[in-house]
Parts: sequence; structure tokens; C-alpha cells
Amino acid sequence: MLEIKNLHVKLEDEDKQILKGVDLKVEAGKVHAIMGPNGSGKSTLSYVLSGRDGYEVTDGSAELEGEDILEMEPEERAAAGMFLAFQYPVEIPGVGNMTFLRTAVNAQRKARGEEELSASDFLKIIRAKAKTLKIDADMLKRPVNVGFSGGEKKRNEILQMAMLEPKLCILDETDSGLDVDAMKLVAEGVNALRDEGRGFLVITHYQRLLDHIKPDVVHILAGGRIVKTGGPELALEVENNGYAGILAEEA
Amino acid sequence: MALPEVKQSATEARLSALSLPESGCLKAARQAALSRVQTMGLPSRRDEYWKYTRPETLVQAEAAKAAVFAADETPMFSAFDRLNIVFVDGVFDAEASDDLSLEGLTIDRIADICCKDIHWAKDLYGVLEARGQTPVERPLAALNTAFATDGVAIRVTGKVSKPINFTYVHSDESSDAILHHVIRVENGAEVTILENGPAASRFNKCMEIDIADSGKLHLVRAQGRDHERRAATHLFTRLGTESVFKSFTLTVNGVLTRNEAVIELTGDDAIAHIAGACVGDGDFHHDDTVFITHDAVNCESRQVFKKVLRNGATGVFQGKILVKEGAQKTDGYQISQSLLLDGDSQFLAKPELEIYADDVACSHGSTSGAIDEEGLFYLRSRGVPHAEATDLMTLAFLAEAVEEIEDADIAADIVSRLEGWLARRR
Ligand SMILES: Nc1ncnc2c1ncn2[C@@H]1O[C@H](COP(=O)(O)OP(=O)(O)O)[C@@H](O)[C@H]1O
Ligand SMILES: [Mg+2]
Repeated sequence: MLEIKNLHVKLEDEDKQILKGVDLKVEAGKVHAIMGPNGSGKSTLSYVLSGRDGYEVTDGSAELEGEDILEMEPEERAAAGMFLAFQYPVEIPGVGNMTFLRTAVNAQRKARGEEELSASDFLKIIRAKAKTLKIDADMLKRPVNVGFSGGEKKRNEILQMAMLEPKLCILDETDSGLDVDAMKLVAEGVNALRDEGRGFLVITHYQRLLDHIKPDVVHILAGGRIVKTGGPELALEVENNGYAGILAEEA
Repeated sequence: MALPEVKQSATEARLSALSLPESGCLKAARQAALSRVQTMGLPSRRDEYWKYTRPETLVQAEAAKAAVFAADETPMFSAFDRLNIVFVDGVFDAEASDDLSLEGLTIDRIADICCKDIHWAKDLYGVLEARGQTPVERPLAALNTAFATDGVAIRVTGKVSKPINFTYVHSDESSDAILHHVIRVENGAEVTILENGPAASRFNKCMEIDIADSGKLHLVRAQGRDHERRAATHLFTRLGTESVFKSFTLTVNGVLTRNEAVIELTGDDAIAHIAGACVGDGDFHHDDTVFITHDAVNCESRQVFKKVLRNGATGVFQGKILVKEGAQKTDGYQISQSLLLDGDSQFLAKPELEIYADDVACSHGSTSGAIDEEGLFYLRSRGVPHAEATDLMTLAFLAEAVEEIEDADIAADIVSRLEGWLARRR
């Protein structure tokens, strides 16, 4: 599904290398978790994959289902099936949440040569999905993320993911700022999307999200490299011993 | 005091190209206005109030030619049930207009004010304009009062069932129109006025609006898509106790537009909202100059102006809130913002507050910036193509101004025009 090879990334405006050779392969149907200390490059990896400006790929490659995504515009990546649930969802005053989602869903359909969803079909689908995420009609009407609480923003990200049905879902610290109930809701939303044909890259600091979204593989990213890969037990090790122990071991 | 020579000669040149219309009972008002013009002189680029906008083409004796734009969309507001009043190059067109009678108001041409002896209009014509000359001079408005060749007097006495719509057709590329309307909204009466069209190659328009206690007037205007047209408009509004005035202006294209609004809150608990959205591309200069005077207790005023500028377009905002002594509990809000779609465009803003009462809440803000890149990336990451995402963000930027329009159908018509403008520039 997603294959990253020897990915090197630096900041465009600064002489600062952030990713220093990341290798990663996420298979369809699998959940990979990435853990790692603050500043290790986790968000950078997710931004580079989704096409945000400000980064320069100096070496390596990233392919989604065999297609080189690094050359694509962000919207092309989205249409190809890439989705990033942002660590900090962006507020867009003046653009209604519903309008935004309908525009996005139909733009992707159009890009893929599919027929656009009618207004009534769209409404039916979004209402049902919003309900399971406890997103009320008012949140759908409000401007995108404006005045949303931390938890509401994260649930809104999952709603977008559910509506867009991407092939590869990257979740960047979707658990941060959530209380236990909200986290359960978000995890249920994610689990509902788990599917043979879909891959997940779940970035988190904490074991607790992984209690709800069971990973198949866990990676530790530190200093711009994946320093260790293992099964779900690796996340427990981080929880118990912190990164210090693992990093010392690998050094 | 003698005028500077340049101003004197420019004023004389303009005046010599005009002649006072025959108008019995308005003669005194027109003559008084003419002497105001002669005393003040017409605006020149040295005037502080014209620091950001060059007045020469508005002042010069002959209007520059302006190509007539071939419209490729249905005229604005045409889908609404309305009473339509048509002016072609500044001349009333009875054929094209609807019958001017409607329950709750009377409409007369200013030429008929005297023969029909319409007292209220005689007492209003030029009066609010003259009041509006202090503390800042507005010579083009006085010129209008003196020389206006057409216009209507509308007296609103009840709750009018449908909007009054002015359609200003531009058909002659050399047209130079001066229109003057006077509107009186009586106690508790309500009306919506729509205006649409470029009117002429050069358009000088003055509207004096007097709203009595508890009266309400909504004004929504659109200034037409002709690229080469020029316009100087003045709106003078006086508000009585508990009255409401709401205005919104859409400006799409036009090489030069100066819209002045002079609003005086003279009765307690009155509300005045004035908003504008403009979109300009290239040879486009748009100036909103607003002066709001709070002279009563517990009044609210709100100014919301948004400008989208690209390819070297210029936007200007001069907005002042004056709170007079004793105008306690004033709530004054003013925001002016521009969205610069490239580095060539510019926005010049001069927001001002002058307050002589101690118990007031006034705020003002002015910003100028590019499209929010974070927001743009967020939309694109969800699959919305760059151009469409930019348009969405642009409409979002304008939304705060458009939301000032109370009627949802009118607002939707305005939004569809903005969408069209953006789509044509994809
Ligand atoms: N746009 C940026 N400008 C400056 N520094 C950046 C930028 N993006 C990332 N960094 C730096 O790169 C490093 C990795 O950041 P990030 O990818 O956000 O880490 P993580 O998500 O693992 O906490 C940090 O040192 C961060 O300060
Ligand atoms: Mg991060």
C-alpha cells in the first residue's frame, strides 16, 4: 500500500535535516503505529506524505500503490487515497463544515472519474456517520473547526476520513487532548474503517490509544530514523520504560 | 479665503461645463449648493481626504469614455418580485420602469417636486448633504445637489411589501450622469431598496435618506461589471430614535469608485450597519470613505468592509466613528480587511475613532494579508483542487460582509455574482 524508502527530508528555508533515511512499508489491511519522542520527525513525515509546502525531499522515495506520490499535488494525493488526520486541525472561518466536506467528497469523485454525490445522498450519508461520532447538526453547520473544542476537532477529522474513505489513513496524534470517552469514540470511528483494502499509520505518544486501535506493527522513530520495529509489545515497552531505554539499547 | 489656483481653475472648468437645471422650488437649494462648491472648490490630489484616491477624473469637465460592458448573465435582483425603476445613462426611462405606485409609499421624480409641491422633499433636498459638509468637505456631493439632472423622491409611510429596485443602465460610452435621490422613511415604516448597474461612464450619485423614529431602511446595491466606468457616490443618512439603517454594497470591477457614506445617529437606540464587499482585478481602484456620527444614547453602528484585490488593484478604506459628547452607551464597531491575491495589489486604510463620551464601547481593526496557506493546504489535503480551494477561502473572507445582508435570497444573489467573478478568473 505505502512504501517509503530511504526518505531524507530537510526544511526548505533552513539548513535543517529532519528525516534521515526512513524506510517503512504499510500493507493493505494493516495498522502500523509510529511512536517516538517529541521532535523526532513524526509530523514531518505525515506532512511530507500529504504534500505540505516547506519541506524538501533530498533523497529517497514514497509510493502509494506503486505510484510516486512525492511529485503529486496535495489534492492529487488525496484523490489517490491519502488522508492525514492533522495533529492540529486547521480552523477555516467562513467555510461551513458541510460545504467543505461536500466539496471535498465531490472533488475526489470527480478526480477519479466517478459521479458526484447528490445533495440528498450526501446528507443521508453524512448524518449517519456524524451520528456515530456524536457530531451534532450544529457542528456540521459551523465553519470548519472554528470554536470547536480539541475533542470536537479530532472527531471532525475522523468524520472527514469516514466520508472520504481513503486507502491510507495517517493519524497524527489523534489521541492528544482527548479524554477517555472521546478517545473511545475516535478509536471506534477508526476501527469501523479497518478493512482489507485499507492501511493505517497511527502516530502516537501513548500506549492508551493502541489499547483501542490494536496495531499490527509498531515503529520507533527517533532522530529522523526508524530505530526499532516490533509487534504490539514494543508499545508496552515504551509505556513501561520510556524511550530512553530503547534508544540506549539501539545506540 | 481664496482657493489655491489649481483648485480654482479646475473647479471653474468643471462648473463651466454644467448648467443649473430649471427647477422652481429647488432653485434655492441648488444655488446654495453651487455656492458651497465655489467656496470649497472641487477635490484635488493635495486634499487630505483624497490622499489615497486621485480625484482628477471625477472632477474634470468631460467624462472619460468607458466601454459598455456586454452582460453575459441575468441582471442582478431580476428574479425578485420588486418595483423596478430604470435609468439609462442617468435619465429616467418610464417605458422600461414599472408603474411607480405601490402601497405604503409614493415615488416622484425630483423634477416634479415643485409642480406637485412635495413639501417633505423640498425640505430634505440638499439638507443632509449640507450637514455632511462638516467637519469634512465633500464637494462632489454639493456639485451633485446643484446640478443633478434626475432622481426620485420616495416617501415611505408603511411597511412596503416588496423592494424598490433601481436599475442603472449604461448604454453610451460618453455618458456622464448626475443623479440625486431623496428618501424619507416615516415613523415605523419599512422598505428595502436595491440598486444595480454602472449607470454611466462617469456617475455622480447622491442619496439623502432621512429615517424617522422606528423606521427601517435596508439598502443593497451592486455597482455593475463595466471595467472602465468611474463613480463617486454619496450616501447621507440621518437616523431617528429606534430606527434602523442597513446597507451593503457590492463592487465588481470599475476603474475608479469612491463610495462615501455619512451617517448620523440622532435619536436614541438607533442602529446603523454599513458593509461592503469589493473584488478588483488589475486596473481597479476602490475607495470606501465612511463617517459615522453618534449623537444620541445607546446607538449601535457597525462597519464591515472587505476587499479582494489582484493584479495590481488598489483598495482604500477611510472610516471614522465620531462619538459626540453625551452619546453614552455607544456601541461602535469597525473592521476593514483586504485579501491580497498577489504582491502587486495594495490596500490603504485609515481607521479613526474620535470619542467625547466616557461610557462607550468602540473597536476598530484593519488587516491586509494573503490567503491563509494553512487553510489552503488543509482544503487541498482533502482533495479540493487549488483553484477551488482558493475560491472557497476567498468567499469565506468576504462572508462577514455578505452576512450583513438580512435577506437570504438577496445574499444568495450576491454570493452567486462573487462566485461568477472568481470562476471567470480560474
Ligand atoms: N516548519 C518547520 N520549521 C521549523 N522547524 C520545524 C518545522 N517543521 C518541523 N520542524 C522541526 O523538525 C523537528 C521535527 O518536528 P516534528 O516532525 O513536528 O516532530 P514530532 O511530530 O515527532 O514531534 C523538530 O525539531 C521541529 O522543531
Ligand atoms: Mg507531531
